[in-house]
Amino acid sequence: MVQHAIHVENLNKSYDDVLAVKSISFTVKPGETVALLGGNGAGKTTTISMLLGILLPSSGTIQVLGEDMVKDRFKVMHRLNFSSPYVDLPRRLTVRQNLMFFSKLYGIINARERLMHLAEELNLLELLNRPTGSLSAGQKTRVSVAKALINEPEILLLDEPTASLDPDTADWVRSYIKEYQKRTSAAILLASHNMTEVERICDNVLMMKYGKIVDQGTPADLLHRYSRTNLEEVFLDIARDRKNAPKQKDTGTPGENIPRKPPHDDLEYGDI
Amino acid sequence: MSNSSSQTPQTTSPIPKIRHNPSALIRIQSVMMRHLYLMRASWPRIFEMMYWPSIQIVLWGFITQFLLTNSSYVAQAAGVLVSAVLLWDILFRAQLGFSLSFLEELWSRNIGNLAVSPLRPHEFLTALMVMSMIRTLIGILPATFLAILFYEVSLYDLGLPLLLFFSNLMMMGWTIGLLVCALILRVGLGAESMAWLTIFLIAPISAVYYPVDILPEWLQALAWALPTAPVFEGMRAILFNQGFQLNLFIHSLLLNILYFSIAIGIFLWAYHVARKRGLLLQMGE
Repeated sequence: MVQHAIHVENLNKSYDDVLAVKSISFTVKPGETVALLGGNGAGKTTTISMLLGILLPSSGTIQVLGEDMVKDRFKVMHRLNFSSPYVDLPRRLTVRQNLMFFSKLYGIINARERLMHLAEELNLLELLNRPTGSLSAGQKTRVSVAKALINEPEILLLDEPTASLDPDTADWVRSYIKEYQKRTSAAILLASHNMTEVERICDNVLMMKYGKIVDQGTPADLLHRYSRTNLEEVFLDIARDRKNAPKQKDTGTPGENIPRKPPHDDLEYGDI
Repeated sequence: MSNSSSQTPQTTSPIPKIRHNPSALIRIQSVMMRHLYLMRASWPRIFEMMYWPSIQIVLWGFITQFLLTNSSYVAQAAGVLVSAVLLWDILFRAQLGFSLSFLEELWSRNIGNLAVSPLRPHEFLTALMVMSMIRTLIGILPATFLAILFYEVSLYDLGLPLLLFFSNLMMMGWTIGLLVCALILRVGLGAESMAWLTIFLIAPISAVYYPVDILPEWLQALAWALPTAPVFEGMRAILFNQGFQLNLFIHSLLLNILYFSIAIGIFLWAYHVARKRGLLLQMGE
């Protein structure tokens, strides 16, 4: 019996001399939502890419639904899905054609029925005959969510699912994903820069920096440990190496919030 | 977002139970369907496929008419040049059709979606090959009818061997297509122009319009190492009433099998390297 939806152990990824992910281990249980948090270049996308089987790890093991993702990924590919800002849906195809294509790709026989159900749920009915490339960012995101859920995945990997959305649309997408999880007990791994999102929908948080998991816990645990009122402050403490600083509220001392190096200085550790 | 966007989403209809069919055939069909949707939505794409082969035929038809009275070689077999043009276009369209279908996935940044799906690499390649055949037929069929209509030259006069030539040329087209795609996977979209150029590298030694023995001796050896030269020699043998040369067909087929296998290996290696370096999510315009 599979206990963990995702089980990662001592995972490493290096590009030439640069270690992008350093010996990380974690698990995600069915029905759990886990966030990967970290600045640009922390290794979040690299980690998600390895979990998806699209990037080969340098060493370590990744098991998804009990299968080794390096050797046997095709045994489970139809049971997971993803959404990422690094891919698009074919722009010239209509929303209906795109969803039809992906449902067939995932081997769904009652594709039309599934498509209509998702279109109804995600308010896409009026957009079905429009070319995907002509949609607004919010509409495209809803279509991407529909694509990611087309096969009713047991594991959903979401890389910045609400980036570039207005707060209203972002909130709606979060609610929808949470509803989906409640209904299906899917495991969700989410990479995000949006701390509110993480606090709201995640059961566990993995804080990444320079390719390593530097801290982890439930959002409440982390807030307590860092004596902070929101995850954004925790994020800044970790990003600026202030973990051991006095655990008190930021007094706004001049200069204290100036990062020790530019926020993108760690790009060498590169998200792919 | 609609004005109901801030509300918690609710399931509005009974959730249909998903029925899966894990067949490779369905996945291959889905990729073909995606490309056929694209073609269907754009008549200029279809027109472009038919345009060049048809223009070529019109041009070479007139050249043939001129040479019929000025060249004893062409006078022996009126269809020799037009047939050569059509067969060469089969090769070119097969390669281009394969490469363009692959490039389409990169241009639309869809390759990541395909790589993270149940679609196996060999199924993807199969879909590209079928699409290449469809594109080739769309391009070539009108040109063959034009040749019959305007110049009374019918490629179909080659009879059953035409099918064998067609198969060998398609296979060679896929081989070059695979190599071009492998190169693009390795070095990125900067190499996309190779999809249009590579084939012409072998044109001079494929003996399309002239026999192999016209070439310098050292080039003849190279020509016979290609699967294309035996096809065009075979075509000429039929048109000059020497009948179907089985040895030329087998020669071409064996070389095709060898090169095609090597090209598959190279493509899979390039795909593996792309997975190792994380290029599959990055590729796109």
